[in-house]
Amino acid sequence: MADSVKLEEPNTGVEQGRRDFLYIATGAFGALGVGVGVWPLIDQMNPDASVKALASIEVDISTVGEGESLTVNWRGKPVFIRHRTAAEIQASVDTPLSELKDPQTDAERAEKPEWLIMVGVCTHLGCIPLGEAGEYNGWFCPCHNSAYDTAGRIRKGPAPLNMEIPEYEFLSDTKIKIG
Amino acid sequence: MSGHSTYVPKSNAGKWLEERLPIISLMHSAAVSMPNPRNLNYWWVFGGIAMFMLIVQIVTGIILAMHYTPHASMAFNSVEHIMRDVNWGWMLRYTHSNGASMFFIAVYIHILRGMYYGSYKAPREVLWLLGMLIYLLMMATGFMGYVLPWGQMSFWGATVITNFFEVVPFIGDDIRTLLWGGFAVDSPTLNRFFSLHYLLPFVILGVVVLHIWALHVPGSNNPLGIEPKTKQDTMSFHPYFTMKDLYAIVLFAILLFYFVFFNPNFMGHPDNYIPANSLVTPAHIVPEWYYLPFYAIVRAIPDKALGVAGMFGAILIMFVVPWLDTSKVRSAKFRPAYRIFFWIFVVNGLLLGYLGQVNTTDDFLGIHGITNLLISRVGTIYYFGFFVVILPVLGLIEKTKPLPNSISEAVLGVEGAAEEAAEMAVATKAKA
Repeated sequence: MADSVKLEEPNTGVEQGRRDFLYIATGAFGALGVGVGVWPLIDQMNPDASVKALASIEVDISTVGEGESLTVNWRGKPVFIRHRTAAEIQASVDTPLSELKDPQTDAERAEKPEWLIMVGVCTHLGCIPLGEAGEYNGWFCPCHNSAYDTAGRIRKGPAPLNMEIPEYEFLSDTKIKIG
Repeated sequence: MSGHSTYVPKSNAGKWLEERLPIISLMHSAAVSMPNPRNLNYWWVFGGIAMFMLIVQIVTGIILAMHYTPHASMAFNSVEHIMRDVNWGWMLRYTHSNGASMFFIAVYIHILRGMYYGSYKAPREVLWLLGMLIYLLMMATGFMGYVLPWGQMSFWGATVITNFFEVVPFIGDDIRTLLWGGFAVDSPTLNRFFSLHYLLPFVILGVVVLHIWALHVPGSNNPLGIEPKTKQDTMSFHPYFTMKDLYAIVLFAILLFYFVFFNPNFMGHPDNYIPANSLVTPAHIVPEWYYLPFYAIVRAIPDKALGVAGMFGAILIMFVVPWLDTSKVRSAKFRPAYRIFFWIFVVNGLLLGYLGQVNTTDDFLGIHGITNLLISRVGTIYYFGFFVVILPVLGLIEKTKPLPNSISEAVLGVEGAAEEAAEMAVATKAKA
């Protein structure tokens, strides 16, 4: 401001207090306004109504016989629906929790023991594991050799967690709703 | 940008950066210490408003591009998807479409302010040329943006505008095919328009930087049109003009959001909510309002090639205004005759805008026997006459009013200015 007109200094004392109040109030109101204005610019990147409308699906499982699997697309990811054999269920139930990296009982993995429903995405880096494969005859991820058991629990390899169980409910004995 | 900076870095990090890249002092000189004439009136806020609108357009545009699909069979539905499904999509799209109009309003006022106060005269010709380049780029960007929703107006607007290029001698047909990427406006046209519509705003932003640079060399013009002579004639950009511009931006944003929230389609055309149909032209086709005066000119001229030449000429002639105006006096405040012709020019521009969206064969305002076409022709003649006859001739024959000695004298009166100068001298001495 050296090379231009300098206006008189603002008044001091009471006047200064009023000035400070106005200054802070204006600044706070402005900051609030900017925040409100910026929120829609960020929120627009969240899933939109058309994505949310597809957030749950219904699947007919009457055709999936024992020892067979069905893979369905749910929210852009594969969901494995496995009709487990008695041997598979037994193998899972017999596994002591102390052997598990991410301890969960078989009952926690499957609401109805014969139906294992889980998101078929390896918890390591997102690849899709191969079914009925690996050391534990469950799933085996070819990307970095993670092995899952017949309840989709992580047993060996770099993955830290069991495969995710999505929210689902049985609408009838042959129909499930995922999501 | 050049010279004015009084910035001295205080921290070690600041000094370190300053020696390597003096970007902080550059910004400081552009937006903080820049001395501005103390008598700038509110017509000077529209540059800042236009800058604000450009940023609004770029931000909302980048976001819309995240949800839009530039394909003939999907574009229309993707816009409806933005309106219905995307979080806040309706608001972002309405801000972008109304924002374009508000950007043009700000720029039109900005240009007219420059014309009234003679801001284009030496040494600010390059500043004016860069501004006109921005305006031309805005016209292209706005047109291509209007094509993207792929409604009936989008499609037929694109068809009409691209057909203008057919009048280019010998290669017109080839140019048109090149623009289309086919034998008519279709998906390839839409896709390249989308690409260019995304690119051009950043080109505009680059030219805006040059425009501001070119402003900071001579400094701002002012309502008196005389150069600041002493420190007394200027005030620092911050806080005086930053706060004034910010206040004006807030008022302008209120206007923008009035349209966004309460009247979002006021400046649009309902036919653009009908999906593009290459087999049926709407009964009544009009461009966006900001092109209407030029559309009136193209319709006023009976020959196809001359009409198109007239329309582009009407824009291009603005580039040479600094050399058409022969008057040495800048501000219309001291040019009584120019002031009258200027306001007739403004009214004529609005009139041409009105005429650009009515039927040429109808009676003008219902006056029997006088068609809109006739008035369009009169308006077109005045438009060009203003530039090629009035501006050069008036400068030679007009008797201008006497100019004041200095800005501070005009603001404070001769005695007031002397008093203030004495006070400033005392203050400087006391400091020393």
